[in-house]
Amino acid sequence: MLYKNIYNEFIKILNKPRSYIGIGVLTVLILTIEFALKLDGNSILSFVTSSFEQTLNFSGKILNGNLVAFIIIQMLIVHVPLLIALVTGDLVSGEAAMGTIRMLVTKPISRANIILSKFIAGGAYTLLITLWMGLLSFYFSGWLFGKGDVIVLNSDGLVILKEADVAWRFLSAFCVSFLSLLTISSLSICLSVFSDNSIGPIVSTMAIIILFTIIGSIDISAFNLLKPYLFTTHMASWRSFFNQPIITSDIIESILVLIIHNVLFFAIAVLKFNQKDIKS
Amino acid sequence: MNTRILEIKNLQKKFGNFNALINISFNVYEGDIFGFLGPNGSGKSTTIRCILSLIKQDAGLINIFGKKMKENRKEILSKIGCIIEKPDFYKYMSAKKNLEVFSRISGISVSKNKIYEMLEFVGLSSREKDKVKGFSHGMKQRLGIAYTLLHNPDLIILDEPTTGLDPQGIVEIRNLILRLNKEENKTILLSSHQLSEIELIANRMVIINKGEKIIEGNVSELLNNEEILVEFNVNDVGSSLEILKNHYDKIIIRKTGGNQIEVVTNPQSIAKINSLLVMNDINVKSIIPKRKLEDYYMKIINQ
Repeated sequence: MLYKNIYNEFIKILNKPRSYIGIGVLTVLILTIEFALKLDGNSILSFVTSSFEQTLNFSGKILNGNLVAFIIIQMLIVHVPLLIALVTGDLVSGEAAMGTIRMLVTKPISRANIILSKFIAGGAYTLLITLWMGLLSFYFSGWLFGKGDVIVLNSDGLVILKEADVAWRFLSAFCVSFLSLLTISSLSICLSVFSDNSIGPIVSTMAIIILFTIIGSIDISAFNLLKPYLFTTHMASWRSFFNQPIITSDIIESILVLIIHNVLFFAIAVLKFNQKDIKS
Repeated sequence: MNTRILEIKNLQKKFGNFNALINISFNVYEGDIFGFLGPNGSGKSTTIRCILSLIKQDAGLINIFGKKMKENRKEILSKIGCIIEKPDFYKYMSAKKNLEVFSRISGISVSKNKIYEMLEFVGLSSREKDKVKGFSHGMKQRLGIAYTLLHNPDLIILDEPTTGLDPQGIVEIRNLILRLNKEENKTILLSSHQLSEIELIANRMVIINKGEKIIEGNVSELLNNEEILVEFNVNDVGSSLEILKNHYDKIIIRKTGGNQIEVVTNPQSIAKINSLLVMNDINVKSIIPKRKLEDYYMKIINQ
């Protein structure tokens, strides 16, 4: 029954027009960035590298597909959560708003399985968005700009990564990005259980992300205590794969924190949904 | 004695300080069309939601097919078909796709042929590929019936299935319910706030108000003991009034214009009144019983 319901959830997502908004917007955003960089990327890049030109001599094709992919992930990882929440935040509350939740819950399937199906379907949609982002930013940029070494500007200096050394870093970065976005998906589904309208969970998810990001960026002792436990702190850990050397312990810590958040959101959602009186 | 399909005993539910259900008890037997009657807000939908485990009761027992709902939820739900308040479907999907989605989790294997059969049964086979968002309320109700019957349930629960329908739609749904009961031997729990609807199709009924049970029993027995309004069409209104008033001083008799007089009496007296008029050379052209359902209903729920 669980597999059948997961299949049903996929069918619902595929048939919902809003599911294609995320993919459409992502495509437009990535193509716009690529178009802009193709037109005027070199002048933007020379503005960034000008401060190093007294001590370093850059040769070769700096503006290449690998660097463009890095720039795209850096720019979009902040916006993609909204596109994810737009679909996943509606998975339970949308059914309550439509009234179909009554019909779903009166079928011989446990409430925990209903929620599990939605988490899995939400995860699959998140994976699809991440893959699409990877496909357009890594492969399409590679085709459009050609491949080359990646220059990454970190807080502690400039890191130059060889072309042959970047593919696995991108793959790992996309995997961690997926886990970050999966946390957003889990959060929005969890909030969706508490609501009977579609908009509430989507807005709440974004509000939580903004709040946690602000807390993460303000340097005061009270907030510094909280920061390691906020999932938003660990959402940027994909960037660690572009450090030299890579600090594995930091990445593992981020992965663990994100996994714990996912489990926590799922547990809260199941507990709440099991207790919930369906009155809509 | 018929098999007890549904047993509700001392069902209680509170929403905050509000007592939504106070010790509701009733039984539905195999083959019944059981009328579940009460005014809006009386607790009908809350009871049905408790039966279907949509909301959790605070106390009381719900046994369906002789088994406790709490411990046998999945098994019981696979034998129940229901519409609560109004059937809601995924508007962005077609009628057929909606039925496919629900059939996958109905607990039994439902073939594509069965889905088509059901759509044909409710007269929607020609619209199977149309998205539900374009359906009228009546079409959604009929799709709801198809959804209800898809997995061949033994007990069908319909919560106000005719609400919002036009007269033709009401008749269609009513005939469909009767067909399901007579031809398919389905036991049906039908909730409504209209006594006339229940009287037409139900064999047994319970009336609740303000979360409490008022009365339960056979529809014919409960209604036949009540006084009804009867219209006699006679050739001589003046003489008829005089004869009846001389014989019956406790019943209400009035002229309503033309050749009609109205008499408020119990059903057993109609034949006696007719005989009396005929014996006094009054030509009785027609007798039309008009049950004072609203009065009965109001009397019952105000008890």
